[in-house]
Amino acid sequence: MTIIHARFLLDYGDFKLDVDLHLPGTGITVLFGHSGSGKTTLLRCIAGLQHAPQGFLEINGHIWQDSECGLFLPTYKRPLGYVFQEANLFPHLTVRANLYYGLKRLKQNSGTVKLEQTVELLGIGHLMERMPGHLSGGERQRVAIARALALNPEVLLMDEPLASLDFKRKQEILPFLSRLHQQLDIPVLYVTHSQQEVAQLADTLVILEDGRALASGPLSETQSRLDVPLAQDREAATVWPATVAEHEADYHLSRVAFAGGSLSITAVDAPVGTPLRIQIYARDVSIALEAPIATSILNVLPAVISGIADGRDSQTVVQVLVGNKALLAHITRKSALLLGLRIGMTVYVQIKGTSILN
Amino acid sequence: MLSPADFDALFLTFKVAGIATLLMLLFGTPLAWWLARTRSGWKGIINTVVALPLVLPPTVLGFYLLVLMGPAGAIGKFTTWLGLGTLPFTFPGLVVASVLYSLPFVVQPLQAAFTSIGEQPLEAAATLRAGPLDTFFSVVMPLAKPGFLTAAILGFAHTVGEFGVVLMVGGNIPDKTRVVSLQIYNHVEALEYHEAHWLAGGLLLFSFSVLMLLYTALKTHPVANPLK
Repeated sequence: MTIIHARFLLDYGDFKLDVDLHLPGTGITVLFGHSGSGKTTLLRCIAGLQHAPQGFLEINGHIWQDSECGLFLPTYKRPLGYVFQEANLFPHLTVRANLYYGLKRLKQNSGTVKLEQTVELLGIGHLMERMPGHLSGGERQRVAIARALALNPEVLLMDEPLASLDFKRKQEILPFLSRLHQQLDIPVLYVTHSQQEVAQLADTLVILEDGRALASGPLSETQSRLDVPLAQDREAATVWPATVAEHEADYHLSRVAFAGGSLSITAVDAPVGTPLRIQIYARDVSIALEAPIATSILNVLPAVISGIADGRDSQTVVQVLVGNKALLAHITRKSALLLGLRIGMTVYVQIKGTSILN
Repeated sequence: MLSPADFDALFLTFKVAGIATLLMLLFGTPLAWWLARTRSGWKGIINTVVALPLVLPPTVLGFYLLVLMGPAGAIGKFTTWLGLGTLPFTFPGLVVASVLYSLPFVVQPLQAAFTSIGEQPLEAAATLRAGPLDTFFSVVMPLAKPGFLTAAILGFAHTVGEFGVVLMVGGNIPDKTRVVSLQIYNHVEALEYHEAHWLAGGLLLFSFSVLMLLYTALKTHPVANPLK
C-alpha cells in the first residue's frame, strides 16, 4: 500500500534531482546512495527545507507540495519529525527544553505520554537537565531522535543520523533504531551511504545515483537486482527475514526458517518464533550443479538461476531464487563458464557463512 | 567638582544615548536580520550606507542632517507639514542624528551574531513547528544574546562620546542640546581646566568600565562571541 508519493525536479546546473517515488506507509525506507547522489536533497525536499521548483508530495492523503497549483506547505506546518546528521540541538536549551520545544508548539497536545515512552526507549532519562554541549555525540543524537519523535509525527525523516559518530557510538545507537523499528507505526525515511545500516534497518530500499532513483522496492528484491551497481560491490549481500525454528544446543547452532526453507546458523539466544534478519554476503555463496554428497557446508539449498551478470574483475554475479527469495552469488567467470550456468537452471547454492543482524 | 550645568549636561547625555540606543535596537534588529539573510543585490549598498558614519567626519554627517532637517530641506518640510516644526537645535533632532551616527555600532555586531548562528538552528526550529517569528524570538534572540549585548553597549557608549554631529545638529544650547562632550569643550574654551578634568575623567572611567564589563561578559558567555 503506497502512502507516500514524492515527485521532484530540481536543477542546479551541476546537480539535478529527478525522482518520482511511491513509498510504503510503514517500516523503514532507506534512501541509499553515495555522496552527491541526491539522497539528502530528496529528504530536504520532502521536509520542505529545500523548495524544488517542480514537485508533488503527498503523504497519508495530505498534499504538502503541488507546484502545479502553487501549493508549498512551509516546513513548520508539516507534521513531520526530522533528525539531522549533526544532532542540531539548541545549544541554549537543556535537553528537557529541547525535547519540549516542539511539543509546546503542537496544536493538540497529545505528545507527553509519547515523549515519556521515547525518553525511556532511547535511554536518555538521566540527561534531562544537561546542556547539549555536555553530551557525547551518541547522546546528542539520541536526544535529537527523541525530540523528533515526541511530536508524534506522521513521518520521520532521518538524514544520516549515524554518519558523524564513530564505530562505537554507532553500535550504541543501532539497537535503539532497531527497537524503534519494531515499535513505530509511522513510515521512516532514512538516508545513508552505509550498507551496514541498509542491511540492519531497511524494509524498503531506494538506490539513488546522480539525482535519479535507480531502483526502489522491498529490501531483498532491490538488493539482489543485477542492474544496480550494488550487486557488483565487494560487500554485496542479501538480507532475508527469518524466524527462529529450533535450537541445537549440542552443536551450538540454531535453525531459522524462511519462506523458501531453513538455515543453520550460530546459536542465537532468542526463543523459538523470534523474527531475525539474516544477512548473506554474495562472496559467501557458491554454486554446485548437483547436491554435494559430502561437504562441510551445512547450508545447501536447491535454487533456480534467475539472472547472470558480469561482476568486477574476474567475477560473475549470479542471481538465484531459493523458493521465492532472491540470493546473490559472486563466483569466478571461469567457474560460471565451466559449469555452463544459464538462466532457468536448477542448481544448489552452498552458503558458507551468515550473519544475524538483530 | 561638578556644577549644576555639568549635571544637566550629564543627564541630557544619558537621556539622548538611552533613547537613541532603544531606537537603534528597534530598527537595527530587523535591518541586521535582513542584511544577514538576504541574497538581494541591495545588500551591498545598504551595508555601505549603514557603515558610512564609521569613516565620515562627523561634521559631514552633521552638515547634511542640518541641511536636510532645516526649513528648506526635505525632512524639514515634512516635519513642518506634520506640524512638528524643524528638528535642528532640538532634543528630538539630537536623537535622530545620534541614531544615524551610531547605527553601525548596533547593526554590525547584530549582523555578525545573526550570521554566525547559521542555517542549522533555524531549520531545526522549522522541523519543530516554529514559524519564522517564533523562531526569531525563541532561537535567534537567545543565541544572538552576546550580539545584542555588544550592540547595546557600543551603541550607547558611542552616542555618549559623539561631538561633531551634536555640535552641528544640536548647536550648543544649555539644557536642550548641550551634552557632556560639548560641556567639556566649553570648559576648555573658558580655560576651566579643573572642571574639564572632572568631566573628562568621568567619561574616561565610564567608557573603560563599560567596555571592560562587555568583554568580561562575552568571555563567560557560553554561546558565541561576536567580537571574536
